Amino acid sequence: MESIHVPIMAEEVAKGNAPEILFWVGCAGSFDERYKSVTVAFTRILHHVGIKYAVLGPEESCTGDPARRAGNDFLFQMQAISNIQLLNTYQVKKIVTACPHCFNTIKNEYPALGGKYEVMHHSTLLQQLINEGRIKLKEGGEFKGTKITYHDSCYLGRANQVYEAPRAVLKALDAELVEMKRSKAKGLCCGAGGAQMFKEAESGAKEINIERTEEALSTGAKVIAAACPFCLTMMTDGVKNKEKEASVKVLDLVEMIEKSL
Amino acid sequence: MQAASQYVFALVLLLATYFIYKRAKQIIFNIRLGQSYVPEGSTAGRWKNMLLMAFGQKKMFQKPLIGLMHFIIYAGFIIINIEVLEIVLDGLLGSHRIFAAPLGQFYPLVINVFEGLALGVIVVCVVFLIRRNILKVKRFTSAEMTRWPRLDANIILFVEIALMTAFLTMNASDNLLQQRSEASAHYLAVGPFWISSMLSPLLDGLSTGALLVIERFGWWFHIVGILAFAVYVTYSKHLHIFLSFPNTYFKSEEPVGRIANMPDVTREVNIMLGFASDQGEAAPEGKKFGAKDVTDLSWKNLLDAYSCTECGRCTASCPANLTGKKLSPRKIMMDTRDRAEELGEYRMVGIKDPKIEANTLLDQYISREEILACTTCNACVEACPVNINPLDIIVQLRRFSVMEESSAPGQWNAMFANLENNMAPWKFAPSDRANWIEKVNPNT
Repeated sequence: MESIHVPIMAEEVAKGNAPEILFWVGCAGSFDERYKSVTVAFTRILHHVGIKYAVLGPEESCTGDPARRAGNDFLFQMQAISNIQLLNTYQVKKIVTACPHCFNTIKNEYPALGGKYEVMHHSTLLQQLINEGRIKLKEGGEFKGTKITYHDSCYLGRANQVYEAPRAVLKALDAELVEMKRSKAKGLCCGAGGAQMFKEAESGAKEINIERTEEALSTGAKVIAAACPFCLTMMTDGVKNKEKEASVKVLDLVEMIEKSL
Repeated sequence: MQAASQYVFALVLLLATYFIYKRAKQIIFNIRLGQSYVPEGSTAGRWKNMLLMAFGQKKMFQKPLIGLMHFIIYAGFIIINIEVLEIVLDGLLGSHRIFAAPLGQFYPLVINVFEGLALGVIVVCVVFLIRRNILKVKRFTSAEMTRWPRLDANIILFVEIALMTAFLTMNASDNLLQQRSEASAHYLAVGPFWISSMLSPLLDGLSTGALLVIERFGWWFHIVGILAFAVYVTYSKHLHIFLSFPNTYFKSEEPVGRIANMPDVTREVNIMLGFASDQGEAAPEGKKFGAKDVTDLSWKNLLDAYSCTECGRCTASCPANLTGKKLSPRKIMMDTRDRAEELGEYRMVGIKDPKIEANTLLDQYISREEILACTTCNACVEACPVNINPLDIIVQLRRFSVMEESSAPGQWNAMFANLENNMAPWKFAPSDRANWIEKVNPNT
């Protein structure tokens, strides 16, 4: 396999290159062991289709989403304003990210602070690349005929109305897509949003991810597809809790596409 | 006799108008306890939203059968108001069916439509009472639906049935009076009307005198009932019949996922980061970060609270509530309204009750546990048929507790510290951020 070079923005700019799109990796994409493979898969796809992209590398920092949602707007704005300074210095115009939280924050909340970019979620880019024929999936790939259910991320779905792109990507795999009862605008949260990812849940009768996992498992799907690092973690934990990890996989869209190239 | 009844009617009408005016003034005062708010987006876009959401009831039709039933009551309410106009004119002028002459042959048709709607309203109200009290649909019985909210809903449905029944009884006796020679001079032969004529046989054996009493009783009960109901509505959860219109109109056109920026914070952060210099302008006196009480919320938040009809679609879709946590978005709205009522009532008359002034929305009404359970998933916002946003209030309460009191849960404080020191919510060195790149080429 040819060696893939991952372009870092600072180096590209120093070389006089102007990457066409910035891949915003996000904290989960950078640090979470499981989610790093999603980042890797997406990087390989970007390389594969030959898009001129770059990542910020060590210069990237949290968008501030969990701070804002927990109520700490000082900290959010510290992060946001620093990030915007950096992005504007590099004259970034277009951003793609695999994290719906980063996507929502940069797209909807950075403009008020002077950060105006065209922001895409990876599902939208993947759909475009498939439609344009730049991603060609092999016939009879690993997921052909597999029963897959797609779990909507709140920040991709309800917050930004991206419902169809992830589904179109899954359909391109020739998979059998089954919907949960609560899907799209009525999708049930995985339980991690609003900075819940970073604290214990308040006391109640049940964990939200268990409720959602039960619903996903009841479809009989063999793969629970996610498009968000937090959803991926929550659903994976849910499947483990239900002791179904041997028969049901929780995967990000891009991992499935990369395996089917 | 006739003149006396006209005076009585005028007095009743005046009294009702006075009570409604007084109450409307109080409600507007209470809503204005909130901070300034300017909706984002174009006027045209907001009109369109109002037409779709309030007038067209777009979200109600997501459940088509319930949407249709609700639409029957709504259409009945709006269209039967034309009948109320006739009744009011008759009452003041001492006339009977004043619209019969100008409308000519269309008059019976119009009354028939009203009667059809009246019957529809009765049927739907019965179904709704069954859903609430016999089927006990979950969203009508959850925790915050204590004695008063449940009773309030039942009163409204019972009254609507009683008003429509009075209307049909009045017409049923009118049908017969039109045929009695001793009454036909006053009771013009404009009927019989379709629905009420089915009830007429029940009354046919009665004397003309008795029929006159029933007809007049029905007439008075119907109109006094409507006026009393109009006053009652202003104290009940039923205000959505008016407020859903301004509430959907004043909703900002903004991305659903956006949490509003805090410009005061932006100024300070820019100074701290050295992107702006301190011009020596202090933050406005007494202004808090976030909200502790209704006076810290925007007036739109308070309008939201007054527009809430406690249907509970928000709570039924809330992941926290569904899994047994204390948070209920409907309760957030009910509490906000209750607190605005409590504070507004005293402030309006200029009495500063220290006990009431010391109360706050946060803690006295809404607990920390509730606001901490929110996943900001926007399901409640999506579910509301009249564009109420409970999430906006939750975030403002969180902001107060975190920024003014520093009372975030320990794990959040740890996350904040990580963000400050490591630029990530987890404790990883920023220099390790690009380590994932090693995994791209596993063999090298």
